[in-house]
Amino acid sequence: MIQPDDIKQMIERGLPGAHVSVTGDGHHFEAEVTADEFTGKSMLQRHQIVYQALGDKMGNEIHALSLRTQAPGE
Amino acid sequence: MDTQDKIREQLSADKVVLYMKGTPKFPQCGFSAKATQLLGACGAKYTSYDILSDPEIRQGLKEYSNWPTFPQLYLNGELVGGCDIMIELFKNGELQKLIAKAMG
Repeated sequence: MIQPDDIKQMIERGLPGAHVSVTGDGHHFEAEVTADEFTGKSMLQRHQIVYQALGDKMGNEIHALSLRTQAPGE
Repeated sequence: MDTQDKIREQLSADKVVLYMKGTPKFPQCGFSAKATQLLGACGAKYTSYDILSDPEIRQGLKEYSNWPTFPQLYLNGELVGGCDIMIELFKNGELQKLIAKAMG
């Protein structure tokens, strides 16, 4: 079963330099991500960027991931 | 007709479209249920599609919208987002405005 740490590392690999914290119970996860890439992006685009970093895990091992995405300084 | 064309056709058939797990009466997932509640609270008239009964559309949507999970809300053929974003928009009164505008 996938663990919060696995998700954290995947997001950090996909968004170098981002500040990431993940909690969850093995199916439903919550992640807070602060990354430069989010600057000037809509909430939808920000979530898509995070989903990209998680590849095919999203919707499979990760049933649900609620996201709080911020650009630095927000 | 391939899946991407079918999706385009479904999205052009109504201004407000929700792809979900189950149906508004019998949602099969908490997030899909929440999405239908929010649309109800906004007084939205919408078409919903049960992706559990149509695996081709389910897979096709992931490519079409670059969004891997469900529910997925579309206004005038454009992806608004999933449950998370709908909740956020609803909290700041945006979802109501977007839907009213889409329904024209």
